[in-house]
Amino acid sequence: MAATASMMQSFGPNLSAQNDLVPDWTRTEVSTGTTIMAVEYDGGVVIGADSRTTTGAYIANRVTDKLTPIHDRIFCCRSGSAADTQAIADVVAYQLGFHSIELDEPPLVETAAHLFKASCYRYREELTAGILVAGWDRRRGGQVYCVPIGGMLVRQPVSVGGSGSTYIYGFMDSNYKPSMSKEQCLELTATALTLAMERDGSSGGVVRLASISEDGVERRVILGNQLPKISTH
Amino acid sequence: TDLCCTTILAIEFDGGVVLGSDSRVSAGASVVNRVMNKLSQLHDKIYCALSGSAADAQTIAEVVNYQLDVHSMEIGEDPQVRSAATLVRNISYKYKEELSAHLIVAGWDRRKGGQVYATLNGLLTRQPFAVGGSGSSYVYGFVDAEYRKGMSKEECQKFVVTLSLAMNRDGSSGGVAYLVTIDEHCTEEKVILGNDLPTFYDQ
Repeated sequence: MAATASMMQSFGPNLSAQNDLVPDWTRTEVSTGTTIMAVEYDGGVVIGADSRTTTGAYIANRVTDKLTPIHDRIFCCRSGSAADTQAIADVVAYQLGFHSIELDEPPLVETAAHLFKASCYRYREELTAGILVAGWDRRRGGQVYCVPIGGMLVRQPVSVGGSGSTYIYGFMDSNYKPSMSKEQCLELTATALTLAMERDGSSGGVVRLASISEDGVERRVILGNQLPKISTH
Repeated sequence: TDLCCTTILAIEFDGGVVLGSDSRVSAGASVVNRVMNKLSQLHDKIYCALSGSAADAQTIAEVVNYQLDVHSMEIGEDPQVRSAATLVRNISYKYKEELSAHLIVAGWDRRKGGQVYATLNGLLTRQPFAVGGSGSSYVYGFVDAEYRKGMSKEECQKFVVTLSLAMNRDGSSGGVAYLVTIDEHCTEEKVILGNDLPTFYDQ
Protein backbone atom coordinates (compact mmCIF):
# COMPACT_ATOMS: atom_id res chain seq x y z
CA MET A 1 0.00 0.00 0.00
CA ALA A 2 1.36 3.37 -0.90
CA ALA A 3 1.44 5.89 1.87
CA THR A 4 0.69 8.64 -0.59
CA ALA A 5 -0.74 8.61 -4.10
CA SER A 6 2.48 9.88 -5.62
CA MET A 7 4.38 6.76 -4.56
CA MET A 8 2.16 4.54 -6.70
CA GLN A 9 3.13 6.20 -9.96
CA SER A 10 6.72 5.02 -9.80
CA PHE A 11 5.88 1.47 -10.91
CA GLY A 12 6.58 0.76 -14.57
CA PRO A 13 7.45 3.25 -17.31
CA ASN A 14 5.09 6.13 -17.08
CA LEU A 15 4.70 7.96 -20.37
CA SER A 16 2.80 10.88 -18.95
CA ALA A 17 3.56 14.42 -19.91
CA GLN A 18 5.83 14.94 -16.92
CA ASN A 19 8.14 12.05 -17.71
CA ASP A 20 11.69 12.89 -18.67
CA LEU A 21 11.98 9.83 -20.92
CA VAL A 22 9.70 11.42 -23.48
CA PRO A 23 11.36 14.59 -24.74
CA ASP A 24 9.38 17.78 -24.77
CA TRP A 25 9.82 18.35 -28.47
CA THR A 26 7.82 15.28 -29.49
CA ARG A 27 4.76 16.89 -27.97
CA THR A 28 5.11 20.47 -29.17
CA GLU A 29 3.62 21.73 -32.38
CA VAL A 30 6.01 22.58 -35.18
CA SER A 31 6.40 26.33 -35.39
CA THR A 32 8.32 28.65 -37.62
CA GLY A 33 9.43 30.84 -34.69
CA THR A 34 10.97 33.15 -37.12
CA THR A 35 12.17 36.41 -38.48
CA ILE A 36 10.77 37.58 -41.80
CA MET A 37 11.08 40.90 -43.59
CA ALA A 38 9.88 42.56 -46.76
CA VAL A 39 10.92 45.93 -48.23
CA GLU A 40 9.55 47.88 -51.21
CA TYR A 41 11.84 49.68 -53.60
CA ASP A 42 11.16 51.56 -56.81
CA GLY A 43 10.60 48.73 -59.27
CA GLY A 44 10.10 45.75 -56.97
CA VAL A 45 10.40 44.22 -53.54
CA VAL A 46 13.06 42.45 -51.51
CA ILE A 47 12.01 39.70 -49.12
CA GLY A 48 14.02 37.75 -46.59
CA ALA A 49 13.69 35.10 -43.88
CA ASP A 50 15.76 32.99 -41.52
CA SER A 51 15.70 29.21 -41.87
CA ARG A 52 14.89 27.69 -38.49
CA THR A 53 11.82 25.55 -37.74
CA THR A 54 11.43 24.41 -34.14
CA THR A 55 9.37 21.89 -32.21
CA GLY A 56 9.88 23.17 -28.70
CA ALA A 57 13.64 23.29 -28.15
CA TYR A 58 14.48 20.96 -31.04
CA ILE A 59 15.28 22.45 -34.43
CA ALA A 60 13.27 20.29 -36.78
CA ASN A 61 14.63 21.94 -39.90
CA ARG A 62 17.64 24.26 -39.96
CA VAL A 63 17.46 25.06 -43.67
CA THR A 64 13.74 25.83 -44.04
CA ASP A 65 12.52 27.87 -46.96
CA LYS A 66 9.96 30.29 -45.59
CA LEU A 67 9.71 32.30 -48.81
CA THR A 68 6.90 30.57 -50.66
CA PRO A 69 5.88 31.41 -54.23
CA ILE A 70 2.20 32.09 -54.71
CA HIS A 71 2.45 33.14 -58.30
CA ASP A 72 5.18 34.10 -60.80
CA ARG A 73 5.88 37.47 -59.20
CA ILE A 74 4.11 37.15 -55.85
CA PHE A 75 5.69 35.53 -52.79
CA CYS A 76 4.70 35.17 -49.18
CA CYS A 77 6.88 35.05 -46.05
CA ARG A 78 5.50 32.65 -43.45
CA SER A 79 5.66 32.87 -39.66
CA GLY A 80 3.73 31.12 -36.90
CA SER A 81 2.56 27.52 -37.16
CA ALA A 82 4.31 25.72 -40.02
CA ALA A 83 1.25 23.59 -40.76
CA ASP A 84 -1.19 26.49 -40.76
CA THR A 85 0.91 28.70 -43.00
CA GLN A 86 1.68 25.95 -45.47
CA ALA A 87 -2.00 25.08 -45.73
CA ILE A 88 -3.06 28.69 -46.21
CA ALA A 89 -0.36 29.29 -48.80
CA ASP A 90 -1.49 26.22 -50.76
CA VAL A 91 -5.10 27.39 -50.70
CA VAL A 92 -4.24 30.92 -51.79
CA ALA A 93 -1.89 29.71 -54.53
CA TYR A 94 -4.71 27.61 -55.91
CA GLN A 95 -7.28 30.41 -55.70
CA LEU A 96 -4.90 32.93 -57.26
CA GLY A 97 -3.87 30.58 -60.06
CA PHE A 98 -7.52 30.00 -60.92
CA HIS A 99 -8.31 33.72 -60.79
CA SER A 100 -5.35 34.55 -63.00
CA ILE A 101 -6.47 32.08 -65.66
CA GLU A 102 -9.96 33.54 -65.61
CA LEU A 103 -8.56 37.06 -65.97
CA ASP A 104 -6.01 35.99 -68.55
CA GLU A 105 -3.42 38.29 -67.05
CA PRO A 106 -0.98 38.22 -64.11
CA PRO A 107 -2.77 38.77 -60.79
CA LEU A 108 -2.34 41.84 -58.60
CA VAL A 109 -0.36 41.61 -55.35
CA GLU A 110 -3.31 43.28 -53.65
CA THR A 111 -5.53 40.40 -54.77
CA ALA A 112 -3.17 37.82 -53.30
CA ALA A 113 -3.03 39.80 -50.06
CA HIS A 114 -6.81 39.95 -49.86
CA LEU A 115 -7.06 36.21 -50.41
CA PHE A 116 -4.65 35.66 -47.50
CA LYS A 117 -6.64 38.05 -45.38
CA ALA A 118 -9.90 36.28 -46.19
CA SER A 119 -8.59 32.91 -44.98
CA CYS A 120 -6.70 34.27 -41.98
CA TYR A 121 -9.64 36.34 -40.77
CA ARG A 122 -12.37 33.76 -41.31
CA TYR A 123 -10.48 31.09 -39.40
CA ARG A 124 -8.73 33.45 -36.99
CA GLU A 125 -9.67 31.38 -33.90
CA GLU A 126 -8.12 28.21 -35.27
CA LEU A 127 -5.06 29.59 -37.01
CA THR A 128 -1.71 30.93 -35.88
CA ALA A 129 -0.32 32.56 -38.98
CA GLY A 130 1.57 35.80 -39.51
CA ILE A 131 2.21 36.38 -43.21
CA LEU A 132 3.93 39.02 -45.34
CA VAL A 133 2.70 39.11 -48.95
CA ALA A 134 5.09 40.79 -51.36
CA GLY A 135 5.48 41.00 -55.10
CA TRP A 136 5.41 43.04 -58.25
CA ASP A 137 2.58 43.82 -60.63
CA ARG A 138 2.19 46.17 -63.56
CA ARG A 139 -0.36 48.44 -61.94
CA ARG A 140 1.39 49.44 -58.74
CA GLY A 141 4.93 48.07 -59.00
CA GLY A 142 6.52 46.61 -55.87
CA GLN A 143 4.19 46.19 -52.90
CA VAL A 144 4.37 44.72 -49.40
CA TYR A 145 1.22 43.73 -47.52
CA CYS A 146 1.21 42.61 -43.90
CA VAL A 147 -1.36 40.04 -42.70
CA PRO A 148 -0.55 39.47 -39.02
CA ILE A 149 -2.22 37.06 -36.57
CA GLY A 150 -5.90 37.96 -36.41
CA GLY A 151 -6.31 38.64 -40.09
CA MET A 152 -5.77 42.37 -40.50
CA LEU A 153 -4.47 43.65 -43.83
CA VAL A 154 -2.29 46.71 -44.26
CA ARG A 155 0.13 47.83 -46.94
CA GLN A 156 3.47 49.12 -45.64
CA PRO A 157 6.67 50.20 -47.37
CA VAL A 158 8.66 47.96 -45.04
CA SER A 159 7.50 45.28 -42.66
CA VAL A 160 8.94 42.63 -40.35
CA GLY A 161 7.27 39.64 -38.73
CA GLY A 162 7.80 36.60 -36.57
CA SER A 163 9.18 36.19 -33.07
CA GLY A 164 12.53 37.73 -33.94
CA SER A 165 10.98 40.85 -35.40
CA THR A 166 10.60 42.63 -32.05
CA TYR A 167 14.37 42.99 -31.81
CA ILE A 168 14.74 44.76 -35.14
CA TYR A 169 11.90 47.28 -35.10
CA GLY A 170 14.31 49.94 -33.89
CA PHE A 171 16.92 49.03 -36.50
CA MET A 172 14.32 49.03 -39.26
CA ASP A 173 12.80 52.38 -38.23
CA SER A 174 16.18 54.08 -38.12
CA ASN A 175 17.75 52.55 -41.24
CA TYR A 176 14.90 52.41 -43.73
CA LYS A 177 14.56 55.47 -45.96
CA PRO A 178 12.01 55.85 -48.74
CA SER A 179 13.42 55.36 -52.25
CA MET A 180 16.29 53.04 -51.49
CA SER A 181 17.85 51.02 -54.30
CA LYS A 182 17.54 47.25 -54.66
CA GLU A 183 21.09 46.67 -53.39
CA GLN A 184 20.48 48.84 -50.34
CA CYS A 185 17.28 46.94 -49.59
CA LEU A 186 19.09 43.61 -49.86
CA GLU A 187 21.80 44.82 -47.49
CA LEU A 188 19.26 46.23 -45.04
CA THR A 189 17.31 42.97 -45.03
CA ALA A 190 20.38 40.77 -44.61
CA THR A 191 21.70 42.89 -41.72
CA ALA A 192 18.32 43.09 -40.01
CA LEU A 193 17.79 39.34 -40.21
CA THR A 194 21.31 38.71 -38.88
CA LEU A 195 20.67 40.98 -35.91
CA ALA A 196 17.38 39.25 -35.15
CA MET A 197 18.93 35.79 -35.47
CA GLU A 198 21.59 36.81 -32.94
CA ARG A 199 19.02 37.75 -30.32
CA ASP A 200 16.06 35.42 -30.97
CA GLY A 201 16.48 31.78 -29.97
CA SER A 202 13.75 30.70 -32.38
CA SER A 203 15.45 32.26 -35.41
CA GLY A 204 18.70 31.14 -36.95
CA GLY A 205 20.40 29.14 -39.66
CA VAL A 206 20.93 30.82 -43.00
CA VAL A 207 19.44 33.97 -44.47
CA ARG A 208 17.29 33.44 -47.53
CA LEU A 209 16.71 36.48 -49.74
CA ALA A 210 14.68 37.06 -52.87
CA SER A 211 14.11 40.10 -55.01
CA ILE A 212 11.03 40.38 -57.21
CA SER A 213 10.66 42.82 -60.07
CA GLU A 214 9.31 43.07 -63.57
CA ASP A 215 12.24 40.98 -64.79
CA GLY A 216 11.41 38.08 -62.50
CA VAL A 217 12.60 36.57 -59.23
CA GLU A 218 16.22 36.34 -58.06
CA ARG A 219 16.88 34.12 -55.07
CA ARG A 220 19.98 33.87 -52.95
CA VAL A 221 21.18 32.28 -49.72
CA ILE A 222 23.67 33.74 -47.27
CA LEU A 223 25.32 31.02 -45.22
CA GLY A 224 26.18 31.41 -41.54
CA ASN A 225 29.84 32.25 -42.01
CA GLN A 226 29.05 34.81 -44.71
CA LEU A 227 26.58 36.82 -42.62
CA PRO A 228 27.40 40.48 -41.86
CA LYS A 229 29.57 40.77 -38.77
CA ILE A 230 28.08 42.40 -35.68
CA SER A 231 30.32 44.63 -33.60
CA THR A 232 29.67 43.09 -30.20
CA HIS A 233 31.50 39.87 -31.02
CA THR B 1 2.45 51.61 -10.47
CA ASP B 2 4.58 49.64 -12.82
CA LEU B 3 7.88 50.78 -14.29
CA CYS B 4 8.33 47.68 -16.40
CA CYS B 5 6.72 49.67 -19.14
CA THR B 6 9.87 51.52 -19.78
CA THR B 7 12.98 51.85 -21.86
CA ILE B 8 16.32 52.30 -20.16
CA LEU B 9 19.84 52.04 -21.45
CA ALA B 10 23.43 52.60 -20.38
CA ILE B 11 26.50 52.69 -22.62
CA GLU B 12 30.19 52.85 -21.86
CA PHE B 13 32.39 55.22 -23.83
CA ASP B 14 36.07 55.93 -23.67
CA GLY B 15 36.29 57.74 -20.31
CA GLY B 16 32.76 57.46 -18.92
CA VAL B 17 29.18 56.34 -19.38
CA VAL B 18 25.89 57.64 -20.74
CA LEU B 19 22.57 56.60 -19.19
CA GLY B 20 19.18 57.20 -20.78
CA SER B 21 15.54 56.59 -19.98
CA ASP B 22 12.04 57.46 -21.11
CA SER B 23 9.62 59.10 -18.68
CA ARG B 24 6.36 57.16 -18.69
CA VAL B 25 4.91 55.44 -15.60
CA SER B 26 1.72 53.53 -16.29
CA ALA B 27 -0.82 51.77 -14.12
CA GLY B 28 -2.68 49.59 -16.58
CA ALA B 29 -3.85 51.78 -19.44
CA SER B 30 -3.46 55.02 -17.54
CA VAL B 31 -0.25 57.06 -17.54
CA VAL B 32 0.26 58.11 -13.94
CA ASN B 33 3.38 60.15 -14.51
CA ARG B 34 4.54 61.31 -17.94
CA VAL B 35 7.70 63.09 -16.80
CA MET B 36 9.26 60.65 -14.34
CA ASN B 37 13.05 60.64 -14.20
CA LYS B 38 14.08 57.01 -14.00
CA LEU B 39 17.78 57.81 -13.68
CA SER B 40 18.46 57.79 -9.97
CA GLN B 41 21.68 58.98 -8.37
CA LEU B 42 23.46 56.51 -6.11
CA HIS B 43 26.59 58.63 -5.64
CA ASP B 44 28.40 61.58 -7.22
CA LYS B 45 29.55 59.58 -10.21
CA ILE B 46 27.30 56.52 -10.03
CA TYR B 47 23.75 56.44 -11.32
CA CYS B 48 21.23 53.68 -11.82
CA ALA B 49 18.39 53.29 -14.31
CA LEU B 50 15.13 51.95 -12.91
CA SER B 51 12.72 49.50 -14.52
CA GLY B 52 10.11 47.04 -13.28
CA SER B 53 7.86 47.89 -10.37
CA ALA B 54 8.24 51.59 -9.54
CA ALA B 55 7.99 51.01 -5.81
CA ASP B 56 10.51 48.19 -5.74
CA ALA B 57 13.02 49.95 -7.96
CA GLN B 58 12.87 53.25 -6.09
CA THR B 59 13.24 51.53 -2.75
CA ILE B 60 16.26 49.56 -3.86
CA ALA B 61 17.86 52.74 -5.16
CA GLU B 62 17.21 54.59 -1.90
CA VAL B 63 18.59 51.78 0.23
CA VAL B 64 21.71 51.45 -1.93
CA ASN B 65 22.19 55.23 -1.89
CA TYR B 66 22.29 55.06 1.91
CA GLN B 67 24.57 52.02 1.98
CA LEU B 68 26.97 53.65 -0.48
CA ASP B 69 27.15 56.82 1.62
CA VAL B 70 28.11 54.79 4.67
CA HIS B 71 30.58 52.70 2.68
CA SER B 72 32.29 55.69 1.10
CA MET B 73 32.71 57.33 4.49
CA GLU B 74 34.20 54.14 5.84
CA ILE B 75 36.77 53.81 3.07
CA GLY B 76 37.37 57.57 2.92
CA GLU B 77 37.13 57.88 -0.85
CA ASP B 78 34.64 57.65 -3.71
CA PRO B 79 33.14 54.18 -4.07
CA GLN B 80 33.75 51.94 -7.07
CA VAL B 81 30.95 51.39 -9.55
CA ARG B 82 31.29 47.66 -8.98
CA SER B 83 30.59 48.18 -5.27
CA ALA B 84 27.36 50.01 -6.05
CA ALA B 85 26.35 47.29 -8.49
CA THR B 86 27.13 44.62 -5.91
CA LEU B 87 24.95 46.32 -3.32
CA VAL B 88 22.07 46.46 -5.80
CA ARG B 89 22.67 42.86 -6.79
CA ASN B 90 22.68 41.67 -3.19
CA ILE B 91 19.23 43.11 -2.58
CA SER B 92 17.87 41.91 -5.95
CA TYR B 93 19.13 38.39 -5.33
CA LYS B 94 18.17 38.04 -1.68
CA TYR B 95 14.62 39.24 -2.30
CA LYS B 96 14.22 37.96 -5.83
CA GLU B 97 10.91 36.24 -5.09
CA GLU B 98 9.35 39.35 -3.59
CA LEU B 99 10.77 42.06 -5.82
CA SER B 100 10.27 42.73 -9.47
CA ALA B 101 12.72 45.38 -10.52
CA HIS B 102 15.74 45.54 -12.82
CA LEU B 103 18.33 48.22 -12.18
CA ILE B 104 21.16 48.99 -14.56
CA VAL B 105 24.06 50.52 -12.62
CA ALA B 106 26.55 52.72 -14.45
CA GLY B 107 29.17 55.28 -13.50
CA TRP B 108 32.81 56.32 -13.48
CA ASP B 109 35.53 55.56 -10.99
CA ARG B 110 39.26 56.15 -10.91
CA ARG B 111 40.27 52.53 -11.16
CA LYS B 112 38.35 51.24 -14.15
CA GLY B 113 36.89 54.34 -15.76
CA GLY B 114 33.39 54.08 -17.20
CA GLN B 115 31.52 50.87 -16.39
CA VAL B 116 28.01 49.48 -16.97
CA TYR B 117 26.64 46.63 -14.86
CA ALA B 118 23.39 44.70 -15.36
CA THR B 119 21.73 43.26 -12.24
CA LEU B 120 18.73 41.48 -13.73
CA ASN B 121 17.21 38.87 -11.39
CA GLY B 122 20.15 39.04 -9.05
CA LEU B 123 23.07 38.45 -11.39
CA LEU B 124 25.98 40.83 -11.74
CA THR B 125 27.65 41.24 -15.08
CA ARG B 126 29.68 44.03 -16.61
CA GLN B 127 28.72 44.83 -20.19
CA PRO B 128 29.78 47.38 -22.80
CA PHE B 129 26.14 48.45 -22.99
CA ALA B 130 22.86 47.36 -21.40
CA VAL B 131 19.23 47.96 -22.31
CA GLY B 132 16.22 47.18 -20.15
CA GLY B 133 12.47 47.55 -19.77
CA SER B 134 9.70 46.53 -22.12
CA GLY B 135 10.84 48.89 -24.84
CA SER B 136 14.29 47.37 -24.94
CA SER B 137 13.20 44.39 -27.07
CA TYR B 138 12.58 46.69 -30.02
CA VAL B 139 16.04 48.23 -29.97
CA TYR B 140 18.30 45.23 -29.37
CA GLY B 141 18.95 44.97 -33.08
CA PHE B 142 19.65 48.68 -33.43
CA VAL B 143 22.10 48.83 -30.52
CA ASP B 144 23.84 45.62 -31.65
CA ALA B 145 24.36 47.19 -35.07
CA GLU B 146 25.40 50.66 -33.92
CA TYR B 147 27.59 49.98 -30.88
CA ARG B 148 31.33 50.03 -31.33
CA LYS B 149 34.06 49.81 -28.73
CA GLY B 150 35.81 53.06 -27.84
CA MET B 151 33.13 55.49 -28.97
CA SER B 152 33.40 59.14 -28.03
CA LYS B 153 31.12 60.96 -25.61
CA GLU B 154 29.30 62.73 -28.44
CA GLU B 155 28.62 59.48 -30.28
CA CYS B 156 27.17 57.95 -27.12
CA GLN B 157 24.91 60.93 -26.58
CA LYS B 158 23.50 60.29 -30.03
CA PHE B 159 22.17 57.05 -28.58
CA VAL B 160 19.20 59.06 -27.46
CA VAL B 161 17.89 58.00 -30.84
CA THR B 162 17.56 54.51 -29.35
CA LEU B 163 15.15 55.83 -26.76
CA SER B 164 13.17 57.57 -29.45
CA LEU B 165 12.91 54.38 -31.52
CA ALA B 166 11.74 52.38 -28.52
CA MET B 167 9.27 55.05 -27.44
CA ASN B 168 7.74 54.98 -30.91
CA ARG B 169 7.21 51.23 -30.90
CA ASP B 170 6.47 50.44 -27.25
CA GLY B 171 3.10 51.63 -26.01
CA SER B 172 4.39 51.53 -22.46
CA SER B 173 7.30 53.91 -23.08
CA GLY B 174 6.99 57.56 -23.97
CA GLY B 175 7.14 61.15 -22.85
CA VAL B 176 10.51 62.87 -22.74
CA ALA B 177 14.00 61.43 -22.73
CA TYR B 178 16.38 61.86 -19.81
CA LEU B 179 20.09 61.60 -20.41
CA VAL B 180 22.91 61.52 -17.87
CA THR B 181 26.56 61.69 -18.93
CA ILE B 182 29.22 60.82 -16.37
CA ASP B 183 32.94 61.18 -16.89
CA GLU B 184 36.03 62.08 -14.88
CA HIS B 185 35.31 65.79 -14.83
CA CYS B 186 31.55 66.21 -14.66
CA THR B 187 28.15 64.66 -14.28
CA GLU B 188 25.65 66.19 -16.67
CA GLU B 189 21.87 65.71 -16.57
CA LYS B 190 19.83 66.58 -19.62
CA VAL B 191 16.19 66.44 -20.70
CA ILE B 192 15.16 66.12 -24.33
CA LEU B 193 11.56 67.17 -24.80
CA GLY B 194 9.13 65.29 -27.00
CA ASN B 195 9.30 67.58 -30.01
CA ASP B 196 13.10 67.60 -29.92
CA LEU B 197 13.42 63.82 -30.14
CA PRO B 198 14.72 62.34 -33.40
CA THR B 199 12.02 61.34 -35.90
CA PHE B 200 11.96 58.65 -38.57
CA TYR B 201 10.68 57.92 -42.00
CA ASP B 202 7.04 57.42 -41.07
CA GLN B 203 6.59 60.50 -38.88
